[in-house]
Amino acid sequence: MSAHLIATPSAATYGEEAKPRKGFFTDTSVCIGCKACEVACKEWNHVPPDPQGFSGSSLDNSGELGANRWRHVAFIEQKVSVGIEEAAPESFVEEAARQNLVEEGLDPHSDEDGFRWLMSSDVCKHCTEAGCLDACPTGALFRTEFGTVVVQPDICNGCGYCVVSCPFGVIDQRKGDGRVWKCTMCYDRLKDDMEPAGAQACPTDSIQYGDLEELRERAARRVERLHERGRGEARLYGDSEDDGVGGFGAFFLLLDEPETYRLPADPVVPTRRSPEVWAAALGAAAALIGGVAASFLGRRP
Amino acid sequence: MSGDGDGRRGRRGKSGSEPSMVPRERPTSYYGRPIVKGPVWKPEIPFYFFFGGLAGASACLAAAATFAGRPRLARRAWAGAFVGVSVSPVLLISDLGRPARFLYMLRVVKVTSPMSLGAWLLAANGGATTLAAALNVLMPKRRGGFPEVGAALVGAPLTTYTAALITNSAIPAWSEARIEMPFVFGASAAASAAGAAMLTVPAEEAEPARALGIAAVVVEEAAWRVMLRRLGPLAKAYEDGAPGRDDKAARALGAAGAVAFALGSRRGPGSVRTHRAVSTAGGALLLAGAVFRRWAVFKAGIASAADPHQTADLQRERMAAEGRPGA
Amino acid sequence: MGSNMAEAHPVGFQWVVEARERGAKVIHADPRFTRTSAIADLHVPIRAGSDIAFLGGIVNYILQNGREFREYVQAYTNARTIVSDDFRDTEDLDGIFSGLDREGRAYDRGSWQYKGMEVQPAGGGEFTVEKAEGEQAHGAHGGELSEGEPPYEDPTLEDPRCVFQLLKKHYARYTPEMVERICGVPREASLEVAESLCENSGRERTSAFVYSVGWTQHSVGVQYIRTAAIIQLLLGNIGRPGGGIMALRGHASIQGSTDIPTLFNILPGYLPMPQAEAESSLDAYVDSNASPTGFWGNTRAYLVSFLKAWWGEAARYENEFCFDYLPRIDPDHSHYRTVVDMEDNKLEGYFVMGENPAVGSANAKLQRLALAKLKWLVVRDLVEIETATFWMDAPEIETGELATEEIGTEVFLMPAASHTEKDGSFTNTQRLLQWHHKAVEPEDDCRSELWFMYHLGRRVREKLAGSERERDRPILDLTWEYPTVGPDEEPDAEAVLAEIGGFDAEDEPLHDYLPLRDDGSTACGCWIYAGCYADRVNQTARRVPGREQSWVAPEWAWAWPMNRRILYNRASADPEGRPWSERKRYVWWDAEAGRWTGEDIPDFVADMAPDYVPEEGATAQRGLRGDEPFIMQGDGRAWLFAPSGIVDGPLPAHYEPHESPFENPLYAQQANPVREEYRRPDNPYNPTFPEPGWDVYPYVMTTYRLTEHHTAGGMSRTLPFLAELQPEFFCEVSPELAAERGLEHRGWATIVSSRTAIEARVLVTGRIKPLAIGDRVVHQVGLPYHWGHRGITTGDSANDLFPFALDPNVHIQEVKAATCDIRPGRRPRGPALPEFVARVRREAEER
Repeated sequence: MSAHLIATPSAATYGEEAKPRKGFFTDTSVCIGCKACEVACKEWNHVPPDPQGFSGSSLDNSGELGANRWRHVAFIEQKVSVGIEEAAPESFVEEAARQNLVEEGLDPHSDEDGFRWLMSSDVCKHCTEAGCLDACPTGALFRTEFGTVVVQPDICNGCGYCVVSCPFGVIDQRKGDGRVWKCTMCYDRLKDDMEPAGAQACPTDSIQYGDLEELRERAARRVERLHERGRGEARLYGDSEDDGVGGFGAFFLLLDEPETYRLPADPVVPTRRSPEVWAAALGAAAALIGGVAASFLGRRP
Repeated sequence: MSGDGDGRRGRRGKSGSEPSMVPRERPTSYYGRPIVKGPVWKPEIPFYFFFGGLAGASACLAAAATFAGRPRLARRAWAGAFVGVSVSPVLLISDLGRPARFLYMLRVVKVTSPMSLGAWLLAANGGATTLAAALNVLMPKRRGGFPEVGAALVGAPLTTYTAALITNSAIPAWSEARIEMPFVFGASAAASAAGAAMLTVPAEEAEPARALGIAAVVVEEAAWRVMLRRLGPLAKAYEDGAPGRDDKAARALGAAGAVAFALGSRRGPGSVRTHRAVSTAGGALLLAGAVFRRWAVFKAGIASAADPHQTADLQRERMAAEGRPGA
Repeated sequence: MGSNMAEAHPVGFQWVVEARERGAKVIHADPRFTRTSAIADLHVPIRAGSDIAFLGGIVNYILQNGREFREYVQAYTNARTIVSDDFRDTEDLDGIFSGLDREGRAYDRGSWQYKGMEVQPAGGGEFTVEKAEGEQAHGAHGGELSEGEPPYEDPTLEDPRCVFQLLKKHYARYTPEMVERICGVPREASLEVAESLCENSGRERTSAFVYSVGWTQHSVGVQYIRTAAIIQLLLGNIGRPGGGIMALRGHASIQGSTDIPTLFNILPGYLPMPQAEAESSLDAYVDSNASPTGFWGNTRAYLVSFLKAWWGEAARYENEFCFDYLPRIDPDHSHYRTVVDMEDNKLEGYFVMGENPAVGSANAKLQRLALAKLKWLVVRDLVEIETATFWMDAPEIETGELATEEIGTEVFLMPAASHTEKDGSFTNTQRLLQWHHKAVEPEDDCRSELWFMYHLGRRVREKLAGSERERDRPILDLTWEYPTVGPDEEPDAEAVLAEIGGFDAEDEPLHDYLPLRDDGSTACGCWIYAGCYADRVNQTARRVPGREQSWVAPEWAWAWPMNRRILYNRASADPEGRPWSERKRYVWWDAEAGRWTGEDIPDFVADMAPDYVPEEGATAQRGLRGDEPFIMQGDGRAWLFAPSGIVDGPLPAHYEPHESPFENPLYAQQANPVREEYRRPDNPYNPTFPEPGWDVYPYVMTTYRLTEHHTAGGMSRTLPFLAELQPEFFCEVSPELAAERGLEHRGWATIVSSRTAIEARVLVTGRIKPLAIGDRVVHQVGLPYHWGHRGITTGDSANDLFPFALDPNVHIQEVKAATCDIRPGRRPRGPALPEFVARVRREAEER
């Protein structure tokens, strides 16, 4: 699939003005769920408040990424059996919500009982092959000189096609405004050689910003070190250019399957299917013409 | 988790020699929240799918009728095409909120975006159809030319690009239906064009439209069935709940319309007046069926996006089928 | 322990994460599995209010297995000191120490002294050692030894009356089994913690404790920290890099507010506030507060320099440097005493600055009722907080217990400037003063605290100008001339810092506190801060990046005292002055140069050789030996056993919280016998085990903070970006408790104590575990205490549930452990609420 019939915009179009591709590496193994990134992002980018009330989903009351949330911290409470590798962690809060989990009697502490609480700051992936960018009919979405994907709000016409084209459910339409919004990786700050707000606010360096190449090397070393320390559950997500979006500009180190974090395991940019899509559409169009023509055959007025 | 706690799995896609894992029953989700976002479009859009289809297929029918020398059929079909192509931008503008926003569609031609190409198709079809329709009104005896050919050539993809539009997306039940959906949309559009024409066309010129309508219903049903079968578990999005109800309505209306067309033919029972009435009713049924068809598909997209397991299962199965680790 | 550092101090927690990445083992013992636990290597769930038993178990483990750092303990602690024959331990008296006056709820601490030590009666016949308490005892003044050496000691630590053996005996019954029975911590877990600490201590390694208000807010809170201090001393983890006990403070400069205190009983630099009767003269004050040996031997110089800073030219030798101008205290003017006095109509006016007691205080209902008894109230805050609006929207208005038209309190709400709108310094937990510069001008009428206090003082002085009355002299003689800047006449904060940092006789800024004199030639607003403005440079504003200096980073801001980063760092070297190990070298004796040297500024007399022995009659720091690192103590050693400074026992003992559903299995004495109680109808207590009716309130409740909100919420509930992240007050309960009480996840629960009942959304979570306590189970209810009835997100205040039950040393409320009941559904409203609470109370009384 490397030879795409349809080219996707890259920073190379900037020629001499192109900068090294910038990215985020979010290392969820050191995230403490402080949500400073969520707040810093909103402060810097003037993203409107979006109160959703008490969710009961652990300490997450902001739900997911959307037009009014460009950083979102997920909280996953899991029961794990310590040392038993096939143990399947289950969302504890979800289960409690169903009220079926409570067993009779006391559940005293034992060595087999483990508990873990995963936290992860999600963000736009700034894909190498970006579904939103490919889908945009107006040119509002564009690839910056840093290789990031940004919406120009003055050009966006609110068609909403990018919303269904994102394999990660990131970009979204803002109610009352009609246009779409998402993380810009603080494009304005990048131009001034500043770190994006969320990365700067992160106290534990769970969100690392920098040249994507360098971040990928750092991440590979990091996951290796974690494996050496017996944390085999650590895995990188979105670091490979061989994936369905040509690699993420913002990639992650996860401690569980992507779906646990509301992330797709194998995201594919819709554009990769475009040849099939158009072949079928044109075939069907031809069939329509043929069918209409056929309905006149043998009939004389 | 599924046995990945031992660290044997390295970076994805770079280690092919690992033992295959026991597939999990189903991947977990994040509090049941969807992975992909559903369409944010207003109800104008499924109606646009209908009117765009009506416009495109009517243009084809009208052009053929013009060439075939069936002026009364041609006039009605051009009228249908003109109505379709006139209502369409109104619906799109209504969805966008402001007329100027529609003009932004024509800022660029973007080959990766079905939305962009569709906008240009609609514009081209609008021009061609308007010209052809005008010529047909002014010159009732006209036997066709470049405008008619042009309207038909852009009209046919106008009926199927909307299928490309939705299947070229991240929504599983749409994307995975990308082969069949254009045929469903094309056939549904043909049925609506035939239905519209049959509302008023005199019996002597109606036969091609009648045949087209019946054939379209048959093709649509066949394509739909193939699509659902190939979708496997994803078909649930089309079969359950609101989309399922719309689908049932679409199929019932289509079948009833086809039966009415058959009964309303000159060889059918009853008087000419009855034939005419039954055919008109058949046309209305097909039009309604085509509306329900687009709504069924639209709502199925919403349902599919809302279910994180549709997204996750599809991807896990694909990974398993390709022998990739982590499936 | 006692800290949820990741949530309450996320910025500081980055260093814990960093240490963990470098191989440090992080252990979190806490009733709840928090965001801190999520990152820790080991989380130990523990029953709230049982930490002394847990820590005592560690002490016992160390002593029973000989895991103490022997050389350190022998040389640097009072382990070898023999204690008075009159002393009786809790082991002897079933839970109390000798000297208890049950009626007066106080200990006579005479029997806690070292053997042979003369307790010197001071002026007025009061025991000096009894004076320095709580905050006053930060420097542990007193402990007055008749001479430079304890007269009786046993260096082999074998004497049964030496501190080491007393300690061993005191904790002998704190076995893993006992810890399990009291704390609900399985013995394997407590042993793992103890062994981890031992493994990571000694010559080559050090371990640190971190605590916050989870330890202090108990009726026996000071003793929690004392127990940790005993562990750290036994393991040799004090005065050494990577060791210590970190007290994480609640606000940005709470440390600063005890250094330059906002407390009733101390003056800047932990100088005790003079007593009304006993300390009528400067001499009497110095007599009772100075120690012959150690740095407190210079108390007179510190105090006189301080008086010179306040009263300048007016402070002269002839008038005892205006010592008489200082206010005197009679025993207690702490927060809760003041509230009670307010309610009892003994108080007319009240300033509330940067605090929201109507939400943040225990039994906040009583606080609100008391506010209504005032004549006037001044509130300075960033927003209109609950404390400022109690007269119109307190919950008691709805219940009918208050009526707006009947409240006579005149409320003055003064808008405050935020930290970005003013210059100033923060002093954080490791005594680091960091300057912040004004970024923007405050809006409208918002002003800094400094502006407010300066101009208030200026106006008062203008009104008093020309007064001949004696009582106005202290105000009129104050040095109140600060340069002001800008149109708002904002006082120059650096001028205040310079005054605090001190000046010598030539009016040059001091470099440190050593030149301070008691003859009036030096002036210094706070002796421990001396040098923060050395060379007329704001030392606290230094920001040299870490990569451009040594790893100790002495050029980042300024640490008191003398920019030392680790206190008592003489202890990082052995008695001969050599580092204990290369790996942990920090400060050592350079024999050639004849000076102490190292990575940090040595916390010792710079040229005092390790083999120095004081001559007969040597005083202050020269009265200590060259191998005695704890230079603020009279005996130069760290106190495993505290003969003075602590009012509720020389050794920490486990007591149940004031309200507890369990008996104390260690002693007949259930709770701290000298805890402060306020038994009055507006502060009722739940029956505690085994009183009848205790089981009406069968659960343990504890309060805490969330990252998303700040303390009583004034700074966070009002901000949309924070409010949306924690939009509603909730309680955390285990699935088991939810089942037992029929609580529905995401539904509502009513939590009730004898004080009141509040409602909260329910978060059922496996992060709260029921614990086995003996043959019973304890369920704990977690309550974040940020909410009040104003702001973008509103809710009931958790602190309304808690009583006034205080630690006797520092008068802090016990809000980390008390009892409650929890029931499904929302609470009654209006007058039905107090009726409901009374009904539950009657239910308990009738059992």
